[in-house]
Amino acid sequence: MSTTTFHKDTWELYKSLEMSKQLTAGETLARLGNDHPEIVAMSSDLSKPTRLWDFGKEFPDRFFNFGLAEKNMVTAAAGLASTGKIPFVSTYASFLGVLAAENIRTAVAYPNLNVRLIGTHTGIAMGFYGSSHHATEDISITRAMANMTVISPADGVALSEMVEESVKTYEGPIYFRVSRGREEPVYERKENVVQNKIGKANVLKQGTDLTIIACGIEVNESLKAAQQLEEQGISTRVIDMHTIKPMDTEAVLNAAKETGAILTVEEHNVQGGLGSAVAEVLMESGVSCKFKRHGFYDEYSLIGKPYYLYQHYKLDGKGIASVAKEFLG
Amino acid sequence: MENTAAVSQEIIDLIKEKAKMSRLETIRLISLAKSGHYGSSFSSSEIFSTLYYHIMKYDPERPQWKSRDRFVMGKGHSAVGMYPILADVGFFPKEELDTYTQLGSAFGDHPDMNKIKGIDFSSGSIGHGLSVGVGMSLGARIDGEKYRTYILMGDGELQEGQVWEAAMSAANFKLGNLVAIVDNNKVTVDGNTEELMNINPIREKWESFGWNVVDVDGHDVEALVEAFENLPSVDSEQPTAIICDTVAGKGVSFMEHGYEWHVANLGEEDIKRAIEEIEGGN
Repeated sequence: MSTTTFHKDTWELYKSLEMSKQLTAGETLARLGNDHPEIVAMSSDLSKPTRLWDFGKEFPDRFFNFGLAEKNMVTAAAGLASTGKIPFVSTYASFLGVLAAENIRTAVAYPNLNVRLIGTHTGIAMGFYGSSHHATEDISITRAMANMTVISPADGVALSEMVEESVKTYEGPIYFRVSRGREEPVYERKENVVQNKIGKANVLKQGTDLTIIACGIEVNESLKAAQQLEEQGISTRVIDMHTIKPMDTEAVLNAAKETGAILTVEEHNVQGGLGSAVAEVLMESGVSCKFKRHGFYDEYSLIGKPYYLYQHYKLDGKGIASVAKEFLG
Repeated sequence: MENTAAVSQEIIDLIKEKAKMSRLETIRLISLAKSGHYGSSFSSSEIFSTLYYHIMKYDPERPQWKSRDRFVMGKGHSAVGMYPILADVGFFPKEELDTYTQLGSAFGDHPDMNKIKGIDFSSGSIGHGLSVGVGMSLGARIDGEKYRTYILMGDGELQEGQVWEAAMSAANFKLGNLVAIVDNNKVTVDGNTEELMNINPIREKWESFGWNVVDVDGHDVEALVEAFENLPSVDSEQPTAIICDTVAGKGVSFMEHGYEWHVANLGEEDIKRAIEEIEGGN
């Protein structure tokens, strides 16, 4: 680490990282590391922004920094998995689920190996860094890979719980999709209570007029939207569909039957993402209801600070509520 | 199979005989598929047989034996030449090869680790192999295992950028247990490597990436044995690249050096000629 001292008003990387409290994979793996020697971790020069370094500093012999070489890193993780390890690979989602997609498909998904990929700063979380650093395609890409489980946890508690499950019991490759980690949490950490189980959706709020099905950071925004809608007399159910594949179809079908309207919300292109996956469940079940996908409408984001971008694209609570009202007519 | 200090003529003859067997079986299997990779399988025949009949530690009764040496084919399209060897050493019955490329067969043009015993990693996407080897070698180090990981690559494969990401990381992580084998047969699908997309000088590239480099005639069994037997210790801090000077289509005169035979299908008369030449060869 550099010994340069910054003035307190100067933007400084390590200070800003302390704000990424929801990036809990590293600390979770550090806690599990002694009991699970099969855990190894790697990043491509982004171990600190992804906070995977929280594991690396505790277990330096089982942590590898691959430099700016994501394709090699993902494929090497597959090689490690073939020797019985459970490799956790983390870098920005644009460089993982998008850049290294072929390596994930061929070296991880096809041989069905226990590699855990954690794409951080997904969606438009990188704001003014621009489209090269955004990832609004990674759900579609990874969901199309056979054997792959795709998870978009709502917060750090959810990420931690499902990372732990992926070490202890879950088999097969997983793509986790998380944001910057600076977001407000949804779940309160509880001792000995698991609130997020891979493949099982969470109904966070009951409602009878509309269901919002969301994933990732849009879960919290959807809860805010539901609150606003309630105040306007619209009883809104909110489902945290953290596992996009395999999807909890029962939660979707119950929502369709019981509320008659579904709005999906994701920080992702509506082409092929959460909304598409929900639509597939509905169409194939024969259950019909009003339906709309909300997210990016086949477009690349403007640049700007994330806070303003979420407002612009109606991906904040207020924006989602307005989309919902228009949808219900 | 355990290494022996002195190599007897018997072993040399065995390796040569099995290389011949691999070539003959390649002809037979491709005739079942009606299309396949002759040229690049024949350039690897002696490399396969030297590894599997003398150098590598493995146990066909325990294909997942943790301490076995690993072999990964970066140039997965040479699998047709390797399947007969895996059958011959006992990983599966030879009769299973008769299903080669047929509907539902375990044996396709590229090898699948979850379907074929003795295949340490699935391959086919050129340029992945060395990265897989980096992972396997790191795994060995973490576990305190002394096995080696051998990665067979083609010279065309060296055109893939990922190979050099992997080469850089292997040197950076000081993986003395990793061995890259370059089957330098000098042809790819569309033409001669040097004319199509020149990757020379090969030795200097590996050296500049921090690798120990050995040059060898890839069809000279004695030389191959010597190169593999004299590898630095697995605990050394430098990975080794063995650059094998080979001939595409080796063993069949009308195929030798010809990129046209990278993927092909021989007619009946040519099959006869090819078999005669392989059987009559040294």
